[in-house]
Amino acid sequence: MSFWEYLGSRHQQLLADGYQHASAVFQCMVVATVLGVLIGIATYHSEWAGNLATTTTATFLTIPSLAMIGLLIPIVGLGVAPTVIALTLYGLLPIVRNSIVGLRGVDPALVDAARGIGMSRSARLLRVELPLAWPPILTGIRVATQMLMGIAAIAAYASGPGLGNEIFRGLASLGSKNALNQVLAGTIGIVILALLFDAAYVLLGRLTIPRGIRG
Amino acid sequence: MAETTSTHGATIELENLTKRYPGNPQPAVDNVSMEIRAGETVIFVGPSGCGKSTTLKMINRLIEPTGGRIRIDGEDVTRIDPVRLRRKVGYAIQSSGLFPHMTVAQNIALVPKMVGWSTSRVRERVEEMLDLVGLDPGEFRDRYPRQLSGGQQQRVGVARALAADPPVLLMDEPFGAVDPITRDHLQDELIRLQRELHKTIVFVTHDFDEAIKLGDRIAVLREHSHIAQFDTPEAILTNPSDDFVSGFVGAGAALKRLNLTRVRDVEMRDYPTVTVDTPLQQIFGMLRGGGTNEILLLDKRGRPYKWLRRGDLMRARGSLARAGTLVHDTVTRDATLRDALEAVLTDNAGRVAVTGRRGAYIGVVDMETLINSVHELLEADRLEAMEAQAELEEARSQQTHFEQEGHGGETKA
Repeated sequence: MSFWEYLGSRHQQLLADGYQHASAVFQCMVVATVLGVLIGIATYHSEWAGNLATTTTATFLTIPSLAMIGLLIPIVGLGVAPTVIALTLYGLLPIVRNSIVGLRGVDPALVDAARGIGMSRSARLLRVELPLAWPPILTGIRVATQMLMGIAAIAAYASGPGLGNEIFRGLASLGSKNALNQVLAGTIGIVILALLFDAAYVLLGRLTIPRGIRG
Repeated sequence: MAETTSTHGATIELENLTKRYPGNPQPAVDNVSMEIRAGETVIFVGPSGCGKSTTLKMINRLIEPTGGRIRIDGEDVTRIDPVRLRRKVGYAIQSSGLFPHMTVAQNIALVPKMVGWSTSRVRERVEEMLDLVGLDPGEFRDRYPRQLSGGQQQRVGVARALAADPPVLLMDEPFGAVDPITRDHLQDELIRLQRELHKTIVFVTHDFDEAIKLGDRIAVLREHSHIAQFDTPEAILTNPSDDFVSGFVGAGAALKRLNLTRVRDVEMRDYPTVTVDTPLQQIFGMLRGGGTNEILLLDKRGRPYKWLRRGDLMRARGSLARAGTLVHDTVTRDATLRDALEAVLTDNAGRVAVTGRRGAYIGVVDMETLINSVHELLEADRLEAMEAQAELEEARSQQTHFEQEGHGGETKA
């Protein structure tokens, strides 16, 4: 069976897996973004707390993804839960780090001006600091998404959702006639999804970064 | 322009204002007391690190004072919510401090929106403010700060500071980062604005010439923001209180004094004049008979045209068209004495014609008149400064008297 024939016969399964893959990554990204930006806001003022947040999230990233999921199984069981937790933790680092860098990078003179014209602490954050820090934060989100796309494939190991199932099935039956097709289909599917997400982020950037600070 | 219901200035009183930073035994600002009158422009000037900026930032409590009191229009603002205080006090800083992600209009609208103006009123106000600082609303409203020149950014910065019509405007070296020519323009603009608005302006600079140009009064500050002298520019120039002030005033105080006086304020010399229509015979008569060496020839509209010396007509064989030297430089009545001196010095005969409306001749200024008037000015300044000093001392002794007797009738809300 050629690759094209394989795609033709299995497209329904592949689309379902692809949709689940994208959906898992997207949802984990939303959670990671909210958490990451909040951690950034909570820690950027203090040298010490900011570094702690960055180091902690960086440590998560050094844990091999297979090991992380494997370690989570005895705690939260199989299926969706270990996938979501692992993906969220991995997604945190780029977002936390870029939030802190972005917020710290806002020109102190502008913060001073915002204070001087009578903006409250929250107004300063929402109307001046976050909008100015948004481009680097968005970059962080973009990097995190790319990373999660690949890591999400490993989730199949814990019988999680997504295109990883395709790859694992292929790898398990190496030598059988469809093994290569399965691995290829899963991998190419992930690459396509990653590119689609990236395009979406470019569009999001166009829409959300004010013209005055667009590079 | 639309209605100008602008709030005029408020008084500012600083009372024993002190700022200490932890771990530093020396206070950054030590016990500063001063009264700033409503509608007055006061300049803080001093060497870098003298605490002038810190003092300014304590007025809107960007830096919280560790001791002392600030009163604006009699109201003690040392303890009120700083956010509320800052909305009543305009603030403009060096390099404009405009938010790059907002348009010019959004930047200006910030404070009016925060204090709850209606959308339509805010929109009108933005137009009015842009007009006020000399930028065309149609052209500039929707631009982003990076699409403006440094000078334009600074104008928008001032517009934003004034948008909610605060009675007080604090300016922290606002023109420090623009080129000298633009700075000169911006200073002129500020003077014009202030003439319209009568805000109370506190302005920090390290440039003494800027201080002289803009200030109604200048506070020369030394380390820890100690006031070395707080007086009018004239008094500081002619009667510096000590070596520190005279050092800061720098060389050429008398020259700088020339910037403060206009030609209209000094005595001009009356030159004999003739017009191009005067009969030659009469001109000959004047030159031969009168006690004068030189007469000024005016054109048909009364504008200075040529200097005529005795002998010029002879040499030109009686033709007015060929005789004499053309007037190539004149000064207006509104020119400063410094401009006049410049013109006199470059003129080869050491005099310059002064013109009024439409360039018409008014009089002549020469070296002698300039020297005399400068002498008189300096003398008058000295007397005035001495009088002011005496008054101040009297006021001070009266105040200590009051304080010792307890305060009477100073319990306004």
